[in-house]
Amino acid sequence: MRQFLLFFLVILCGFTFIGRLFYLQIYKGGSDNLYDDNAIRKVWNYPKRGFVYDRNGQLLVGNQPSYDVMVIPREVGDFDMDEFCKLLKISRETYDKKLERARRYSPRLASPFVPQLSKEDYAVLQEKMRKFDGFYIQKRPLRKYETTIGANVLGDIGEVNNRDIKNDPYYQMGDLKGKNGIEASYEKTLRGVKGIKFIQKDRFNRDIGPHKNGKFDIIPEQGKDITITIDANLQAYGELLMENKRGGVIAIEPATGEILSMVAAPTYDPNILVGRERSKNFTKLLKDDIANPLFNRSIQGVYEPGSPFKLMNALIGLQEDVITPEEKITCYAGYKYGNRFMKCHCYRGRRNNMITGIQESCNAYFATTYRRILDKTGDASEGIDTWSKHAKSFGLGNFLNNDLYVGQKGRIPDRAYYKRIYPKTFYSTYTISNAIGQGEVATTPIQLANMVCAIANRGHYFTPHVIKHIKGETLPENFTKPKYTTIDKQHFEPVIEGMHAVYKNGTAKFLNVKDIEICGKTGTVENFIKIDSVRTQLTDHSIFVAFAPKENPKIAIAVFVENGYWGSRFAGKVASLMIEKHIKGYITRKDMEEWLLKHSLENEYAKPYTGEPFNINGKTQLQIVEEAEYYRLKQKLNQLNTTSN
Amino acid sequence: MVRETNRYFKFDWVTIILFLLLVAFGWLNILSASHTGTEIDYFDFSQPFAKQIIFIFLTLILIILLLALDAKFYERFSSVFYILSMLSLVGLFIFGKNVNGATSWYAIGSFTIQPSEFAKAATALAVAKYISDLNTDIKTLKDQLRTFMIILIPALLVLLQNDTGSTVVYGAFFFVLYREGLPKIYLIIGFLVVLLSILALKFGAISTTIAAILAVILLHFFRKRKYPILQSIFIITVSAALSFGVQFFYESILKPHQQDRISLWLGLEKDPEKLEEMKRTFAYNLNESEKAISSGGFTGKGFLEGTRTTGKFVPEQHTDYIFSTVGEEWGFLGTTLVVILFVLLILRILHLAELQKSQFSRAYGYGVAAIIFMHFMINIGMVMGLIPTIGIPLPMFSYGGSGLWAFTILLFIFIKLDSNRINEW
Repeated sequence: MRQFLLFFLVILCGFTFIGRLFYLQIYKGGSDNLYDDNAIRKVWNYPKRGFVYDRNGQLLVGNQPSYDVMVIPREVGDFDMDEFCKLLKISRETYDKKLERARRYSPRLASPFVPQLSKEDYAVLQEKMRKFDGFYIQKRPLRKYETTIGANVLGDIGEVNNRDIKNDPYYQMGDLKGKNGIEASYEKTLRGVKGIKFIQKDRFNRDIGPHKNGKFDIIPEQGKDITITIDANLQAYGELLMENKRGGVIAIEPATGEILSMVAAPTYDPNILVGRERSKNFTKLLKDDIANPLFNRSIQGVYEPGSPFKLMNALIGLQEDVITPEEKITCYAGYKYGNRFMKCHCYRGRRNNMITGIQESCNAYFATTYRRILDKTGDASEGIDTWSKHAKSFGLGNFLNNDLYVGQKGRIPDRAYYKRIYPKTFYSTYTISNAIGQGEVATTPIQLANMVCAIANRGHYFTPHVIKHIKGETLPENFTKPKYTTIDKQHFEPVIEGMHAVYKNGTAKFLNVKDIEICGKTGTVENFIKIDSVRTQLTDHSIFVAFAPKENPKIAIAVFVENGYWGSRFAGKVASLMIEKHIKGYITRKDMEEWLLKHSLENEYAKPYTGEPFNINGKTQLQIVEEAEYYRLKQKLNQLNTTSN
Repeated sequence: MVRETNRYFKFDWVTIILFLLLVAFGWLNILSASHTGTEIDYFDFSQPFAKQIIFIFLTLILIILLLALDAKFYERFSSVFYILSMLSLVGLFIFGKNVNGATSWYAIGSFTIQPSEFAKAATALAVAKYISDLNTDIKTLKDQLRTFMIILIPALLVLLQNDTGSTVVYGAFFFVLYREGLPKIYLIIGFLVVLLSILALKFGAISTTIAAILAVILLHFFRKRKYPILQSIFIITVSAALSFGVQFFYESILKPHQQDRISLWLGLEKDPEKLEEMKRTFAYNLNESEKAISSGGFTGKGFLEGTRTTGKFVPEQHTDYIFSTVGEEWGFLGTTLVVILFVLLILRILHLAELQKSQFSRAYGYGVAAIIFMHFMINIGMVMGLIPTIGIPLPMFSYGGSGLWAFTILLFIFIKLDSNRINEW
């Protein structure tokens, strides 16, 4: 027996050890990968983010370095907390809170601790950083805007959130990502690919050299520079004209679909969303849910298009052969259908052909046309589907499928849509408002501008886009191949003549610009909001679409000015000036420019929030801006003229 | 002629090969744990891996020397070795050099030597010699006490030099004595003392005492031959005294760092913040060593590829914590291989010891096996966190000349003795 005691113990010990090893190495263990190995310091190397140039080669967005203090919670060591907090200018409570938050995200991955240090703080901190185990400084490029315009086009970059990280493992806590505008739509092009260096650490957290001589390191790939189709001068001019108004302006080059300018008013200076103030400013913009500066009205604002939509009905009428350009239709200062009546501002008994119909924007003319389209086969259900199909071929009623980060479908109703409202019988008179672009029809400014492009091109359009050039890449076919409408080419001429007549003799004859043949169409759209659940009418929206010149058009434009009353009052002036600015490069109609700078609609926008009854449309007084504001705008205008020359 | 050819084959080659495998594999891991750059300069003799090559080379000469000497020489001069060895330990109090709090080194220039490593071999010889003496009867109390003296002298000397690890190793001789006829009661008492100590530390002296009372009462009911009441009371009293004694010892005599080690091992510390604190301070080695072993997984990261080893995350990795290098770079396959090699070596020695015809050789063989076993058990157990931290090297594996030579001497004396057993009748 005695000889077996040690024998037995040795074997028992062997088995115990193997069991423990099994637990440590197989059950609990596993090879660290480099990313997860706390013996290896990961030094991320963020590449230059691609620059953004406008169509004339003017640099709009560049970079500036920024320094974030990052933390890996499980590696935080013992050090003089008070000194660290003092250097970072934070309190001990903030320190604990931030560390706790980082730990909750992940104890072993880096989280930003104090983002975007100032240069002075960075200089002081950098020398002492070695003392603070678990913390390091990450350099990354931050945007630097070389301009104050185009916030809605350019967008901004911001820290990724948990969802971004879950969706794309490329991102890590603290990374910056395009959040809006082209920064978001061209994120992958602009950002490049970040690189990484693996540095072997020792147990005192000191670097002792590259791991395996840098065999596994990844070299960063620079972000690509892009050129966008926006003309910075035109954009700046548009933004200036739209100050103290709300709405959207979209200008497109019909021959290419390139968006020349995309104004959303009100807007903001993109610089305020850079740096430490970013989140404060962003919250401020986000909280302003009345003016809503983050809402890109030129592509997200869905409005009833009003009279410009009559152009569409004219085209469909011609294509469906229910009307000819010459046929005259009598207006009875309105249009009677059943026992209801739609008013028109034509004098009683006026007989309009298509050109004068467009010129005078005659409601009766287009109500008749619309009804004929729907009743062509005797079945309004069939008729409205045909009508809807034609309208949709202009890119209305659906996303344009372009490279803008946000968008809206708008609405072109069809029978299926009306099934909910009129399940059984359906007559053309039910939807007569569509004849004049109200009722169920809704479009965004960009869709309307695109429709004008299709008219200017006599039957086709290019998907409007904002990208002009990426180094080493060709644009996708979607942007370079024309899309044809279902309307035959010959039907466009009478409509264009009508639009031309609008400027010659019609609703926009005071907006003429010397030497430029402009074709346009005004729109004045009734609109309502709910105030304390009472449907209340507000001053009409001022809407205008145009293209110019008549032959070989260079620019097509759609302007929406909220509560600007009639079409040529605000929107028409903006459109004419922008056209002149784009084609001539200078302004001859200084009177219109002056008028727009001088007048504000802020009092209109304030009305629904006063809580008191108010007047609209003709019964209102137009607001003149204060002296100081006028002076500021004039200053801006002068600046703009000097830079563009 | 037949005798001449046998001369080399009568050495137990299985043991020798196991020994060489461990030394060689040990060296590879020392290289991993101690090299500093990507370029390895094998002739940079300031580096442990290069020094170890010299130590190994000298070891080979030492082996030839040990095997060339006559087997009788070791038995005859065992008392001399013992006395010299004890003198060298005593000398440390005067000439010793303090390294990491233990005064266990002689320094001659840059060369240091640790006599306590050699003292184990000397003691093994002395114990074997004493109990194989015809006049010695280990069953008598007198001879038991004398044998204990032989063991306790070096054990106390190294303890006074603050080398707790080496002291614990002397417990190995219990196995020798037990094999050679030490009464069973020592085994039972030893076992109960260890058990009671752990229970007293873990659950407190009062609970342990109550448990002891219950155990005695239960035994009283189930045994046919009843213990006298007086004896039962005596056992209970001793148990209680021991429990409270251990608790007192733990709380009042042990140094704070020793308390902390035991407290961590038995999981006495419940406060998570204090635990984290422990992991950062004295348990840092253990924590890093466990992490390094775990990170190796099944196959390991590969030779010279261990990132924690390269980063020197485990302090003392080339000496006491060498096994964590095996864990990280060679994975479960490597660690299991090392465990199996050690188990085979120890079992082989035990097997050979049982074959010996002289009691001296057998007792000595038992000593060798038991000493290697103690080192193996304590070192690997410690590195994996199974037992509290006690700093002793892994035989044949850890860096260090004294250790390697001491184990060479220990083992090859036995191989020589074993080779001689056919000549003994």
